[in-house]
Amino acid sequence: MSTTTQSPPAVDERLARTSALTRMMRRPEVGALIGAAVVFVLFTVFDTTGKFASLDGVARWSDSAATIGIVAVAVALLMIGGEFDLSAGVMVGSSGLFLGLLVTKAGMPIWPAIVLTLVFAAAVGALNGWLVTKTRLPSFIVTLATFFSLQGINLGLTKALTGTVRVSGIDQGAGFDSARAVFATDFWDPYKFRVSVIWWIVMTIGATWTLTRARFGNWIFAAGGDANAARNAGVPVARTKIILFMGTAVSAAMVGIMTALRLRSVQAGQGVGQEFTFIIAAVVGGTLLTGGFGSAIGAMIGASIIGMAFIGIAFAGWNTDWSFLFLGLILFMAVMVNMFISRRASGGRR
Amino acid sequence: MKAMKLSALLLAGVLGLAACSSSPTSSSSTASTGVGSSSKITIAVITHGDGGSFWSVAKKGAEDAGKAMGVTVNYQESNNDPQKQAQLIEAAVTAGVQGIAVSASNPDAIKDALARAKAAGIPIVTLNSGSTVYKQLGAITHVGQDEEVAGEGAGEQLKNAGAKKLLCVIHEQNNVGLQSRCAGAAKTFGGSVEDFQVTGTSDPTKTANEIAAKLQADTSIDAVLALNPDIAMAAVEAISTAGSSAKLATFDLSGDAVKAIESGKILFAVDQQQYLQGYLPVVFLTLYNRNANTVGGGLPVMTGPGFVTKDNAAKVAALATAGTR
Repeated sequence: MSTTTQSPPAVDERLARTSALTRMMRRPEVGALIGAAVVFVLFTVFDTTGKFASLDGVARWSDSAATIGIVAVAVALLMIGGEFDLSAGVMVGSSGLFLGLLVTKAGMPIWPAIVLTLVFAAAVGALNGWLVTKTRLPSFIVTLATFFSLQGINLGLTKALTGTVRVSGIDQGAGFDSARAVFATDFWDPYKFRVSVIWWIVMTIGATWTLTRARFGNWIFAAGGDANAARNAGVPVARTKIILFMGTAVSAAMVGIMTALRLRSVQAGQGVGQEFTFIIAAVVGGTLLTGGFGSAIGAMIGASIIGMAFIGIAFAGWNTDWSFLFLGLILFMAVMVNMFISRRASGGRR
Repeated sequence: MKAMKLSALLLAGVLGLAACSSSPTSSSSTASTGVGSSSKITIAVITHGDGGSFWSVAKKGAEDAGKAMGVTVNYQESNNDPQKQAQLIEAAVTAGVQGIAVSASNPDAIKDALARAKAAGIPIVTLNSGSTVYKQLGAITHVGQDEEVAGEGAGEQLKNAGAKKLLCVIHEQNNVGLQSRCAGAAKTFGGSVEDFQVTGTSDPTKTANEIAAKLQADTSIDAVLALNPDIAMAAVEAISTAGSSAKLATFDLSGDAVKAIESGKILFAVDQQQYLQGYLPVVFLTLYNRNANTVGGGLPVMTGPGFVTKDNAAKVAALATAGTR
């Protein structure tokens, strides 16, 4: 699609009309969607159970994708705002453990404990944001420090308070059944979709609306695109970033609460290692690592690709020794397809 | 165009790898011991393993059993993530397998998924972890060793070797079974036992440094108990670095660990025969499907503890190197 100068009469490319299809292809989500379609077809072909392409299969991989997707959406917003949060993974574990310890050691009922856990997460997120904006250190470093600190606290505090590496007996808390019905149940027998999928979809819709329709969304794009110019234009960059960091921490706490209620126990090492999965989901979905560009729906598609890969590999019966290699190749392929589509659509070089 | 070619190449690569690798785990042989139905049976083996030297042996056991019994074995591991394990079990139930073998290191986490399997009429056998809870989980039997009993045996042996202060090296953050081993050792050891958390099998060099630092800091330690053969090999290095004369014992075998036992660097290994923990559940579940057999009589099937010392190490040396012990 290189611009031609010999087609008569010569049309100034700034006045050239682009077709609706081309305009649609320029959106970051479309490339990711095509990547997701390729992955879906790939695993349907290799499926040994015949169930991957059915609603049964969708129920299973959406379960896997939802726990990644809920945090990936918040991480994508933060990345559009120009920062990274490496503590999002361990925050899932920390909030689950916090909830578990409140319920089992302090004897608190589940619902107040959930509220306190969300407050705790918001506080940690605010701390991250405040440190990043005050010290002007790269958020990569600040949140890495938070990551290590939380990892140590998780293990040390759990061992000190319970004597083991796990907090169990959360199902003994008052209000467990009602909390479970909201955060960790399943619906639509016989497929058994998990309620976390509903939360995921709602949060993605909320994030997309914020990015496209709300003033705060403009501020996010501005802060990520050029923080200085944004500040000069009157955008409260520091406040925006702090709110975004609180967002990632609270969404990680949501997943931590869902995990604790589903599994009835939380391990001290829960969530460690997941932080890069969230970033990968956002990047596969079209969010730039440099900030200022991206989409929440793209992060949803990225999380879906990862969920499909996890369940697809299990359904295909592939040798698990190679599973990380497959995951790497599939993710690379998805990103290449995404980049290829958006480059072609935006008229860039081949 | 370049991106297109690159993507096509990658796609071909993924397809090729998938084609090559899908054969070992599946078996198309129907020449089984023809009692009962010979229709296709798939057994899902879902462990909390990490693909290290211990779990590779268990996986080999499961795959060998699949070949011997003429069934398809789908081995999946969750790398110590209980949520992943629950999701994999639910995926197996959705896929409609004929038997599920799981390691119940976190019984609460997989309780619901196993209840779903039971409701779908899929027989369950637990392996490696969960010897006290397998009945509540709905399993026919449990294949493994009792971690506390094994720890007691190890503590006893170290006491007889004359040690007074024991360092119990815990390499996994999330494994209650490892805590049981140290607790069991503490019961019978007689002297003082200290639990020591290390980085683990993901970074053996760092682990060796951590153990060496501890031995240098506390020179009264005269016995070290590792809970994994790779950690034991790191401890061998740590003991020589620290110039310590501490005796070393380990849980579980590997080729290197057996050689170290033969050369006297490791006093003994507590062997739980994880090859059997992969092999037997596949056999039990297949026989349940074909001949309605249940094994165990309501009790677990024990695969350990066995003790490998200098006297009997030679017998298992070659097998450990081949990856089946």
